[in-house]
Amino acid sequence: MSPVSTRHVAIVVAIIALIVVPYAINQPYYVNIASQILLYAVFALGLNILVGYAGLVSLGHAGLSGAAAYSVAYLLAAGHGHVVAIVGGLTAGLVVTAGFAALALRATGISFIMITLALGEITWGLAYRWISITNGDNGISVSSRPAPFGLSLDSANAFYDATLIVFLLAVAVCAIFVRSPFGAALTGTRDQPRRMNALGFHVWMIRFWAFMFSGLLSSVSGILFIYYYEFISPPALALTSSAEVLLMVISGGAGTLLGPIVGASLVVIIKLVVSGLRFTVLSQSDFVNIMKFILNGLFQHWNFLLGAIFVLIVVFMPEGLVPGTVRLTRAAWREAERRNLLAWAATFTGQKS
Amino acid sequence: MTALAVKGLNKSFGGLRVTTNVNLVVEPGERRLIIGPNGAGKTTLFNLITGELAPDGGAVLLFDRDITRLPSRNRAHLGMARTYQIITLFPRDTILRNATLALLGLSPLRWNPWLALHRQQDLLTQARAALGRVGLEHMADRPLAETSYGEKRRVEIAMALAQKPRVLLLDEPFAGLSIDERRDVRELLKAIPRDVTVVMIEHDMDTALDLADRITLLHFGEVIVEGTRAEVVADPRTREVYLGE
Repeated sequence: MSPVSTRHVAIVVAIIALIVVPYAINQPYYVNIASQILLYAVFALGLNILVGYAGLVSLGHAGLSGAAAYSVAYLLAAGHGHVVAIVGGLTAGLVVTAGFAALALRATGISFIMITLALGEITWGLAYRWISITNGDNGISVSSRPAPFGLSLDSANAFYDATLIVFLLAVAVCAIFVRSPFGAALTGTRDQPRRMNALGFHVWMIRFWAFMFSGLLSSVSGILFIYYYEFISPPALALTSSAEVLLMVISGGAGTLLGPIVGASLVVIIKLVVSGLRFTVLSQSDFVNIMKFILNGLFQHWNFLLGAIFVLIVVFMPEGLVPGTVRLTRAAWREAERRNLLAWAATFTGQKS
Repeated sequence: MTALAVKGLNKSFGGLRVTTNVNLVVEPGERRLIIGPNGAGKTTLFNLITGELAPDGGAVLLFDRDITRLPSRNRAHLGMARTYQIITLFPRDTILRNATLALLGLSPLRWNPWLALHRQQDLLTQARAALGRVGLEHMADRPLAETSYGEKRRVEIAMALAQKPRVLLLDEPFAGLSIDERRDVRELLKAIPRDVTVVMIEHDMDTALDLADRITLLHFGEVIVEGTRAEVVADPRTREVYLGE
């Protein structure tokens, strides 16, 4: 089979698996976790456009998804319908993104990170203090989910299916984008902005539109977020939320399509699944009991576990889980081939290699 | 009409004057060599001409059009292309992708976010042709990071030529090349048609001398001597600058 068709088969298998997942799990709690993975994956894919392809690390993206989520919540609370709320949410997300981009793109590198961080904190501060709009600390509740084509999204499975459709669209759009001439121009501005300018490219404008695309996906994830939780409050816009998504991108592999998805799965699973696991310490062996005790502590303090995993990723796969796994697999493959060759040669010479 | 004119150009970095009242007139089709010892301000002059630096005073004209305030990217669209003394390429990409980016820079296609770049046969054919001109077509699909220094130099030139420039600025195209590679690059530059005006910086006079119609000698940011090859070589001030007499 050619590599292209292998890839196509893998994609089809993955999509079928994603469709079947909720029926296989068949527990609303875990189906909801799968929905969260998908909505955070959309967010991470959006941030990855900036971090991975533009080489611009943002620490304020929660402000973008938050602006969209808050706008939806505000419009629904004001009595508007879902269509108005969603369109308004996307518009608000894009307007805030344009503001972020206009201010942050004056710089690159560390300065860019600091400006986005500051802007993210401003949106968090607004959510916290602009009580007449945001209801401050108490947040805003949303009482209903939309029902596209009359299909209710109230059940866990139905919401998962809707999220899956949005997620697959986001992946497809990203896949098309990174292979496009504009995508090539974007990675060019990441690697050699000076040369790109001399070649006739408008470096600032390329970065601006990439930022807008990134903000669009972040806003979409913000809208999924508000309909999933049916509630939003200031912590959703805090620095820790932005950092969490950035960690998803970096741990999975920035600048790859699969990386942010894997990263989102890793973080959400540790945060929501592993943190709930507990072993009962009732074994005959003290050693086993002690190990279970330690593991229980790690599960309970999942932040510590996540931190330890990130340290391991940085040490062994600094490029992220997806590219790192590809590299190590190739190395192992080459090593196996080399050994086979040596063994084969040894049978000829009659010597031990 | 002149291809490139520089009028009374000045540039200082703090208290250091790197370009002092430089005047330069290059005729269409001319081959101009700019020479001078280290720190003479040759590359700074290029950066001022291409717009990567803004001058403190003076003007730059491209085919009689004042481009002094124009950003670099617009100068590229008006037919100005350059190479860099320090290799400035895209190391993560293949040689072909490097050449494609050069073509894309002048194509409206560069804003397109939905077409597949690897299916743009027209662009790719042109990119391969550009690589063919510098003899790198056979390794077009090799990652740039896996090529030799001499090959990278040729990619630099291929990218500039791919843009079909009217004025080509070459910043030390022979820097760091072996004797064989120098000969190849010299043949390559000789083959550039005369409808392209070439301005070339070269630190080492012997290598590029026979390519030049006229030579400008820079020293401490000032034009010391300008004239034909024979005039500049014979001028005692050239000797003075180079031998410090």
